[in-house]
Formats: sequence, structure tokens, C-alpha cells
Amino acid sequence: MATLLRLCTAGSVDDGKSTLIGRLLYDAQAVYEDQVRSVTRASRNRTAGPIDFSLFTDGLKAEREQCITIDVAYRYFATARRKFILADTPGHEQYTRNMATGASTANLAILLVDARHGLRPQSRRHAQIARLLGISSFVVAINKMDLVDFDRGVFDRIREEFADCLHGATLQPIPLSALHGDNVTAPSDRTPWYDGPTLVEYLETIDVDRRSATEAFRFPVQLVLRPSHDFRGYAGQILAGTVRVGERVTVWPSGHETTVQRIVTWDGDLDVASAPQSVTLVLADQLDVSRGDVLAVGAPHVASRFEAQIVWMDERPLDTSRVYLLKQTGRTVTAEIDRGLALNEIGAVVVTTARPIVFDSYARHHGTGAFIVIDPASSFTAGAGMIVQPARELVGAMDRPGAAERLAHVARTAATDTDAVTAVRQALEEILI
Amino acid sequence: MPLDHLHALEAEAIQIIREVVAEFERPVMLYSIGKDSSVLLRLAQKALYPGPIPFPLLHVDTTYKFREMIEFRDSYTAGIGARLIVHTNAGAIADGTQPFLVGTQRCCGLLKTRALLDALDAGGFDAAFGGARRDEERSRAKERIFSLRDARGQWDPKRQRPELWHLLNGRLRPGETIRVFPLSNWTELDVWHYIDAERIPVVPLYFAKEREVIVRGDALIALEQGFVPLLPGERPERVMCRMRSLGCSPCTGAVRSTADTVPRIIEELIAARHSERQLRIIDHDLDGSMELKKREGYF
Repeated sequence: MATLLRLCTAGSVDDGKSTLIGRLLYDAQAVYEDQVRSVTRASRNRTAGPIDFSLFTDGLKAEREQCITIDVAYRYFATARRKFILADTPGHEQYTRNMATGASTANLAILLVDARHGLRPQSRRHAQIARLLGISSFVVAINKMDLVDFDRGVFDRIREEFADCLHGATLQPIPLSALHGDNVTAPSDRTPWYDGPTLVEYLETIDVDRRSATEAFRFPVQLVLRPSHDFRGYAGQILAGTVRVGERVTVWPSGHETTVQRIVTWDGDLDVASAPQSVTLVLADQLDVSRGDVLAVGAPHVASRFEAQIVWMDERPLDTSRVYLLKQTGRTVTAEIDRGLALNEIGAVVVTTARPIVFDSYARHHGTGAFIVIDPASSFTAGAGMIVQPARELVGAMDRPGAAERLAHVARTAATDTDAVTAVRQALEEILI
Repeated sequence: MPLDHLHALEAEAIQIIREVVAEFERPVMLYSIGKDSSVLLRLAQKALYPGPIPFPLLHVDTTYKFREMIEFRDSYTAGIGARLIVHTNAGAIADGTQPFLVGTQRCCGLLKTRALLDALDAGGFDAAFGGARRDEERSRAKERIFSLRDARGQWDPKRQRPELWHLLNGRLRPGETIRVFPLSNWTELDVWHYIDAERIPVVPLYFAKEREVIVRGDALIALEQGFVPLLPGERPERVMCRMRSLGCSPCTGAVRSTADTVPRIIEELIAARHSERQLRIIDHDLDGSMELKKREGYF
């Protein structure tokens, strides 16, 4: 059974990223002969060796003319062991936005550096963005080794620089020449001092984080399906965890508990389903559940003020006096943000939404901790956000003497779950004021 | 245990389809009768089950499609109870538009792009699903899952919205629409593996058999339309072949093949060294021609 690995690449201009990807595609035979022919033809206009591999990836006419990569491009290749989806992100001025986009769906990042230059400020920045987006596995591809005579000292020095910069992450440094193919698919005899895996070997075998199926269950309702009077199902994709028929789940933000009666799919009912399956759940109780509600085991946060990291992606800067739209899971609400940010800037902010949203910290669950900010005037996706925690004043209030005890008491003495939710909410408001 | 890659792609496509049904007023599914459309249709059935597909299918018929495609279209869509809209640029056909008379670019422009834009306009559709994949062609590799089109249906690659995680921004300004590509992350091989695993019916033209064609360079051209001119020395021949990609019969070349079942097609593809769109004559008009057509409103 072939599994799927999603990865993204980052590197500074001229580090040879497009060349490396072109080489990966070519060696994995994901590039076909007629594409090779059309690229060999076009290569005559440029100076990049016999086959210019970057022409496989630069899709737009302007890119081919200016020899740059404008936008995120997605590439697909497969080996006998694995399928790969690769987000190729450009290394020039728009890189923060594009890097964040590519990294948002990736399990692993390839950081490409030119052996002659080592770790530059931009590489450091790429690494930080990838870390911010939650990537913890990195390949440091030290490219153009042929231009430093495959010098082991150069490799070791760059490897150590990255080890410092990516402290706590899983790191695999590999000495490469993308242009000549050294250590891409086949081990190079020009790096006898390197006994690690080739790039492809490493990508094929690395065990990326697969914890999502064992995490607490999170299921945002995308769509309520009511094809007939006797069927009411909640359609969505399981973002984290596993659900079983007969299991107790809670509907948020209402806090109602119910039991999963059926897990419905076109291929027949299931007894159990896990992330990232798309299923339809039928619940035992008649509850008011709609798009944007979250079915969960355990308690996500429900709040309308929270701290987040935002990557700003719009040329028009973030304006604290404007009201934005915020989309998180299946819910879109209006929101205000307490701090201005310019294009490609990343900042810690406090977001206030008009209605409470159901969330987890991004570090815990990407699916329920991520949001986008939409400019209501242009409808552009202006920001990408990662929730850190409920706003500090909420957290702070909980630390006041007796606050937790009071809430526990209120919850314990309520007659029903619904009463408990109402009473706790009321008590919380009083504590906060 | 992690899902295998086909189930992961399926779950993602279903999520996209449901998101459109939840957020748009009048979605429509472009149905081109090919293998990608067949997969898309199955995914729509799965996404909305146990309900019916709540949106119509739209086929832009140039009138030059293979006969077997039209037969398949009518029987298959009726069989699954889908609502089918067929639209043709009747004016252009009446004017005698055909590729050998006006050139492939103008022919496609009138019978496909113009017809598509008119049909979307007539139906008041705000979202149109398409079966395009990013691995098909290099400008498609930059395409979004929710691809924004302006009031004239045109694509601006420099004005694309960033797409992060699975959070799709479906907000439109007046006149704007989106094209939606749930198969964005699928490859040609994924599509065939899925057709095999799910036993999805496809047009018999995909399977090898002896067909009457003319051999022109590397291309095998069917003779369904009377206007296809024979060059000196060309004669119809019977050749064992199949279609790798379906389009209009005068502009879609067949490939020599003996693959007459889905598993044999998969075997052939794994061994194949030619990309699928090579035999779609229309993409070769000039460098970047797909990008130009997309900018004009093609999907």
C-alpha cells in the first residue's frame, strides 16, 4: 500500500530549487518524453546545460521569460514505495506568503542551500516559517557541492549552522548536486565521506507524524444532509482522532452530549472511522446541529477572543480599525485584530470575533487551530492564522482564587448538561467582569 | 494505520465538493464525459450520499465529439438519475465553424470557451466543478482548488488567492464566479487506479480495439467527421488503438495500444513515456497555449 507524503521546498533565489525538483521529477519518470522534448527545445534560449530542469516547473509564460518562479506550483511523483505531493514555493520577495501556503499542507520541508553561501538570513526565515506552520521534519539539501569540490568541511559547517537554527526538529542534511544528480536518487561516488541516505531514499522511508488518528476526535460539520424525513446526517471530514458507533460525543459550542448512531458512507456503514476520512454521522438525539458546529470527544476551546500568530498576505496592510471575515473550519465570522501587519509580516495578535468559535491551539490540532482572514472589500485571502490560546485575560481570570472551584461547583450541581453549560457560561462572565 | 493515498485523495475531494454545496447558491458540474469526469461524478455521489447529486451536470457539446461519447453520456447520466444540461454554440456551428476551416484556436474559442461561458451565464451558476488535474500541464500546476474568475470568466494567474490548509475562500464579488477542481492533487495514474478500485464505467474508446483511422506522423486520427481532409497518399487503415484522452474526434489522436482492460491500461501507463495531452493537438498551437486559453475562460 503506497502512502502519501506531502512536502514543500524552500530556498533562496538561485539555490537551484527548480533544478532539484526538475531532477526529482525526471529521475522518478514523472516527466514524460514530450515534456522533455519541449523543454530541450526551449532550453536553447537559455544557458543552463543540456536540459534545463527548471523549465519543467516554471509553468507561467512570465516565469519562463524572466527565469523566476512566481507562485506556488504543485508537483506529483511516485516511487514504488510512496506517492509525493510537492509544493514548490518561490524564493524571492513574495516567499513568506507562498512558503506559508506550501507549508500549510506539508509533512516535511526541504530547505535548499547553496554550498558556496551556507545558511543565509533568508534560509533562516524559511526555516522559521516552516516551523511556525507546524513542520517538524526537515531535509537540509546542501546543493552545488560540485562547486566546492565536494568538500566535507563545507558540508559539516552548514549542517551545524542548521542544527542550531532548527533546534528540536528532525533534521537530515544531504550533500547534493541537483544539476549532476549526486545523491538525488543514486549515491554519489564523489562524496565517499557521506554514508547517509540519498534524497529519494530518505523521502521514501521517513516516518512523518501520523498521530492525527490517535488524537482526540474533532469533526466540524460541513453540511447537514436531509434527503428525506427519516434521515438527518452530518457530513464532514474527520480532522483528528477516531470515532466509533455507540461512542459519546459532544456538540460544540452548545455542549450537548449525544451518541453516534451510524457512520454513513456511499460504500456502506462503518463501525469506526479515523482522520482524514470524509464521512456522514447520524446522531442518536434530535439536536440543533448546523454547519460550523464541531463534534468532539473532550473539550475544545469555545471563545470569541484568542491569541494567534498571523502571516499577512495582502498588499493592503492589516488595519486594526477594519472588520475582517475569519474562516475557521466551516464557520465564517466577523473579526477584529488588535495589531497592524504589512505584507509578508508575521506577528502575534489578539483576535476578537463577533460570535464565539470552537477551536484548539494550532500546536495541538492543525485542523481546528488554523484560520484565514478574508478582506470583505476585495474578498482576497489576506491573512493566515494559527491560534495559540484563548486570550490571556480569559486564561488570567481562571487563575483567580476560587474561580476554577466555583465553575466546578456550578457544573456539578446542574441538573442536565444543558443547564451546566448555561450556568458555567454565566459564572464565567461574572468572573471576567 | 494511515490511509492509502487513493483514500486520502478521495477524502480530500469529498471535502471540497461538500464545501461548495454548503457555500454556493447555484453550483454546476462540468461534465466532459472523459475518465476524470467519471471519477468526479462518483465523488459527487459519495459526497452527498444518501442524498442525490443536488446540482446539474453541464456538457458543452461542440457537436464534434466521438459518437461513443455521446451515447455513453446519455445512458450513464440517465442511469444514475443526474440532471444533464447540454449546451452548443449553435450560432457558430451554423456559420460552419470547424477546425480545418477556422483553425483549432478559433474553433476551440467559439465551440468550447465561448459556449461554456454562455452556458454558465445562462444558468446563473456561481460555481462550476471541473475535472482538471494539476499534473496535466504546467500552467495547471499553478491552479487553485477554488479558481477565481472575473465577470467575463477569465483567469488571472497573478491575482490568485493563497490557499492554505483545507480552508477554501469561496467569497465572491458581484459578477465573479469560481471553478472548482476537486481532482487537483490527482495524477492520471491515480484516476485509473481509482476507476479500477471503484469499478467506475468509462467510455469504451479508452479501451484498445481495431479502429478505422488515418496515420499522420505520430498521430492516429479518427474519421468520424466528413470534413477531415486526407493528405496525399493517406488512406483509412484499421489499427489496434485506444484513446488516452477524449476530446473532439478531429483533434484527438489515438495511440497504438493493446490495452483492453483497466488493469492493462494501468500497466501501459506505468511503462508509458509520453504525456497524456501530447495527442490533444489543440495544446500545441503555441508555447503556453493552455495558459492563454485559461486566461480567456477555458477551464
